[in-house]
Amino acid sequence: MVGLVPTIPVFLFHVQVVDARHRAEHDAAEIRTETMLEIRNLVVKIADEDKQIINGLNLTVNDGEVAAIMGPNGSGKSTLSYVIAGKEDYEVLDGEILLNGENVLEMEADARAAAGIFLAFQYPLEIPGVATMTFLKAAMNAQRKARGEAELLTPDFIKRVNSAADALSIDKAMLRRPLNVGFSGGEKKRMEILQMALLSPSMCILDETDSGLDIDALRIVAEGVNALRDKSRGFLVITHYQRLLEHIVPDTVHVMSKGRIVKTGGKELALELEKSGYAAYAEAA
Amino acid sequence: MAAVQETIDQVKSIDVTEYKYGFVTEIEMDKPAKGLTEDTVRYISARKNEPEWMLEWRLDAFRRWKTMTEPAWSRVQYPPIDYQDIYYYAAPKKGADPKSLDEVDPAILETYKKLGIPLREQEILAGVAPENRVAVDAVFDSVSVVTTFKKELAEAGVIFCSISDAIQEHPELVRKYLATVVPVTDNYFATLNCAVFTDGSFVYIPKGVRCPMELSTYFRINEQNTGQFERTLIIADEGSYVSYLEGCTAPKRDENQLHAAVVELIALDDAEIKYSTVQNWYPGDAEGKGGIYNFVTKRGDCRGKNSKISWTQVETGSAITWKYPSCILRGDGSRGEFYSIAVSNGAQQVDSGTKMIHLGKNTTSKIIAKGIAAGKSDSTYRGMVSAHRKATGARNFTNCDSLLIGDQCGAHTIPYIEAKTATAIFEHEATTSKIGEDQLFYCQQRGLSAEDAVALIVNGFVKEVLQQLPMEFAVEAQKLITISLEGSVG
Amino acid sequence: MAIVTPLKTAAEQALSQQFANVKAELPGTLPVRKLREDAFAGFEAKGLPHRRLESWRYTDLRGLLREAKPLATAASVTPAITARLAALPFDGVRLVLVDGAFRPELSTLEGLPDGVSVQPLTEALVSTREDLARILSGPSIADSDTGLMLNTALMRDGVFVEITEGTELAAPIAIVSLVSGEEETAIFHRSVVLAAKGVKATIVEVSESAGPKASQINGAIVFETGDESDVQHLRLVTRQVPETVQVQSLLATVGAHAKFESFALVCKAATLRQQYFVKYAGEHSEIGLRGVNLLGGAEHSDVTLVMDHAVPHGVSRELFKNIIGGEATGVFQGKVIVRPHAQKTDGGMKSNTLLLNDGASMFNKPELEIFADDVVCGHGATVAQMDGEQLFYLMARGLPQPQAEALVLQAFAGEAVEFVADEDLRAFVMAEIRAWLSQREASSVVSTV
Repeated sequence: MVGLVPTIPVFLFHVQVVDARHRAEHDAAEIRTETMLEIRNLVVKIADEDKQIINGLNLTVNDGEVAAIMGPNGSGKSTLSYVIAGKEDYEVLDGEILLNGENVLEMEADARAAAGIFLAFQYPLEIPGVATMTFLKAAMNAQRKARGEAELLTPDFIKRVNSAADALSIDKAMLRRPLNVGFSGGEKKRMEILQMALLSPSMCILDETDSGLDIDALRIVAEGVNALRDKSRGFLVITHYQRLLEHIVPDTVHVMSKGRIVKTGGKELALELEKSGYAAYAEAA
Repeated sequence: MAAVQETIDQVKSIDVTEYKYGFVTEIEMDKPAKGLTEDTVRYISARKNEPEWMLEWRLDAFRRWKTMTEPAWSRVQYPPIDYQDIYYYAAPKKGADPKSLDEVDPAILETYKKLGIPLREQEILAGVAPENRVAVDAVFDSVSVVTTFKKELAEAGVIFCSISDAIQEHPELVRKYLATVVPVTDNYFATLNCAVFTDGSFVYIPKGVRCPMELSTYFRINEQNTGQFERTLIIADEGSYVSYLEGCTAPKRDENQLHAAVVELIALDDAEIKYSTVQNWYPGDAEGKGGIYNFVTKRGDCRGKNSKISWTQVETGSAITWKYPSCILRGDGSRGEFYSIAVSNGAQQVDSGTKMIHLGKNTTSKIIAKGIAAGKSDSTYRGMVSAHRKATGARNFTNCDSLLIGDQCGAHTIPYIEAKTATAIFEHEATTSKIGEDQLFYCQQRGLSAEDAVALIVNGFVKEVLQQLPMEFAVEAQKLITISLEGSVG
Repeated sequence: MAIVTPLKTAAEQALSQQFANVKAELPGTLPVRKLREDAFAGFEAKGLPHRRLESWRYTDLRGLLREAKPLATAASVTPAITARLAALPFDGVRLVLVDGAFRPELSTLEGLPDGVSVQPLTEALVSTREDLARILSGPSIADSDTGLMLNTALMRDGVFVEITEGTELAAPIAIVSLVSGEEETAIFHRSVVLAAKGVKATIVEVSESAGPKASQINGAIVFETGDESDVQHLRLVTRQVPETVQVQSLLATVGAHAKFESFALVCKAATLRQQYFVKYAGEHSEIGLRGVNLLGGAEHSDVTLVMDHAVPHGVSRELFKNIIGGEATGVFQGKVIVRPHAQKTDGGMKSNTLLLNDGASMFNKPELEIFADDVVCGHGATVAQMDGEQLFYLMARGLPQPQAEALVLQAFAGEAVEFVADEDLRAFVMAEIRAWLSQREASSVVSTV
């Protein structure tokens, strides 16, 4: 399923390499900015219902770009993040999602993860009985295997986890506890960023990462994200409030309403929204 | 954590989709005619050279058995068993009653080797630290072929031998304790076992002795049309401790075979017995053809004060499992535990659970049962917790959870909770659920395949029980669970 | 396997004789007669329920009914009956049964709200409605119960209430079943409530004894509720003579997008077996069965229920709170069945018991029988004593122990009572519970554990 050949000739002039890191090496030699994520005319409905959530959405995130999507509740922001990551509860009626020029819509969620997509969940799941360390190692090695890389040796793995955990002020004891079970909201979010750091994806999507965080936790999480900013990595930061964008300063701000992007601008657009609210855009949609 | 990770690693390297212990050993066997009469009982007793009291005891059980009817209260269903169409005794011809390993038929040694159970002590010793040694009693169809490390154990005063040998060499202990936990007429299958049991293990740990190594029995059914009637008796005298493991396999055959065992444990004052089972009898094929009927009576008697008996079972095999390892908490301050994982797939039927009978004062019990049903299987937890009037201060905690995979299987919970003393505190909780779609998606988003994600979540589900097993067994058990569930995720 | 034909007990023989004597005069059309005959044949084959029958494991009716009392005949209205009726607080429609026979002269029939019709069961049984036998039978999970079979065979009277589509009742309908208690008799009654689509109604069922003699009561109530209906049922079994042996069956078939809630208060009920057979006939419905059992002396209260999730998207909740003192015995047997295809079922069942002193017993058997995989089901059962720390806290604030205990117990029972939707009825139930507790308090009984 991973080797699907892209069939869109228009984008053929972009270099298509599945592995983000290999691609990054190629890019290093070039100056020109390339498109990391391209969403074209996406139409999505909930699988078992007639409810259409995304209505012809177009969006581009370039290498090294931090794009924010803001929008009122119910505008389809979270749905968009799930559809990019490959959740099965939705049906894509039209459009394409291209990662480095390759359409990912036919891929399973795990193949998309191996291809470089990472979704930091708004509500990270609890998995009772499975120690966090166990989970991290399983995930890292599954992705390495999918990319044809050798599995990590345990000492190497532990070293990486420890340094990433230190950077995010994550207590080592937490790593021995079952994944997310009994973690506070802030701990869960930090754990998401830890996984992001360890899996080093090329396209990071943060779904309402600021929800449920106090100001200190927000700062730690934002620093974690900022440390990962890189010219070979794209970010899509989904948020309702401008607050998060003070800490993760975006290059671009998109306003989403009724399942499509209704306005695009620079970081000042976020401040504007904070003042005027979303009401005007609800009409624009 | 190590065990879980190991398993994920190991499971990946295994591509067995079928029962891997299903081979048959070609070996010449000594068998009486099929069927069950007084003569069969006499034959078995004579072959084992048993004293007169033992024969009389068997005959008495046989006469009682004839008046009994097969129980029908469980949820399992099977065609009537023709008790006259079974061989009740099958022993390897060559080297019957071996005095040493050299007299044992090499084909049998080879069989155990194939099963991963080396019987030559030098092979066992290679690379194993003394504290990690495991003594093995190997039971092949109706007879115990060898028991390892007998000498080392004897130095510590521990008796570990086949029950046949124990009847010859320690009749006083056998007579004192046999059938004192599971009475002769306890139930249909137990009574049948009394009449025709052929072999099994006997363990006696003397006062104050901590058994220097793990003891284990490995049961193998090999012959066609043969029932296995094992009998195990373990006595832990005052202040002693023993950990005992049991494993079982059988060849793949189209017909059903009966395994009706009786296991009795006795813990005297301050003694502790830890009994672990990894049951992997041939489960039959996906349509339910063949497989072992595992009708087993296991019961422990915490006879002494502050004694403790702990059952841990991982049940992945057998066409039908009918098994309730129980604890009678007679001694004041005694403690009973039951940890169980029952995995069923294909057409398997499981009706299993435990009984915790609180009789003494301040007795405690704990039940953790995890059932995983997949395919077209049917899994029932049946358990009883009861506190008698004089069992003041009785405490129980029960947790039984079921996980369903697929929409063709069934999972049932039937607990009986009976408090006849007002000082009892009983807590019972049960849940049934399926693996959450959201959990699966989360794991897949991090790059795990659907199968790996299920294995990971299932391991998390059963972890609390696996932790009760000795390390080597835990790894083995985890592999088994994953293999048993292979192909169950669409 | 050998079929064992048990010897018939004196009571079983007497019941056979009674049925032979009265079957010709019992009301019923041909289909009803057939129903009676089949039910009695079923009873004769199995006999009175006994402890070896799994569903009657803890209530040995065969042992409890040493003899079958004579069938009740028309009773006269004693002053005690009049007094009890006067004391009942329920306004609105009141339907009164005395010794199982409907008494229009004691009932309030004038001013029945629009959309409600009431018939004595005797009349309904001889009516020509074609679905009568089906309605009377209730869900199939009840078919094999011998306690109910006896009721089917011998039911004489009761009320047949029909509520038409869309009717929303402001006040409850009370079905009051009084035992005259002048003679020792056997009473068999059954009532039916048909609530059509969109009906909102509350049905109160009262079972009490007015006189001094103990009876054998076998009652049943059948509910059939339509789509989008909301039916609340409150049962009060509160004033029975010791030695009374009572079986109360509730059969319910619930439509789609509907709510059905039943709450039972049991105190001073002598020996009582309540059995519930409830089935989901449509999707997206919520059913709740709850109750409080206050037991003392030699009382025995058995709650046995079967919840049949036959369709997807059903939500069920059961919660029973038991407070047991004296030499009393509580029983809870709950079985939640989730049939194949009944996906997205959400079931939760709980039984919580406080034992007040040695001699009190509680038997729990909460079962799950699940054949669908996409479900969330759970059950919990606890048996314990009152929380010593809570008591200590209250006593440290100056409350005497009996009073402190009453407070703790009231809070414990209250967790189930809060599900009684009607505010007045909820207050009435709490008042009854407080009365029971203050009686206990007055006799200065304190828990001994």
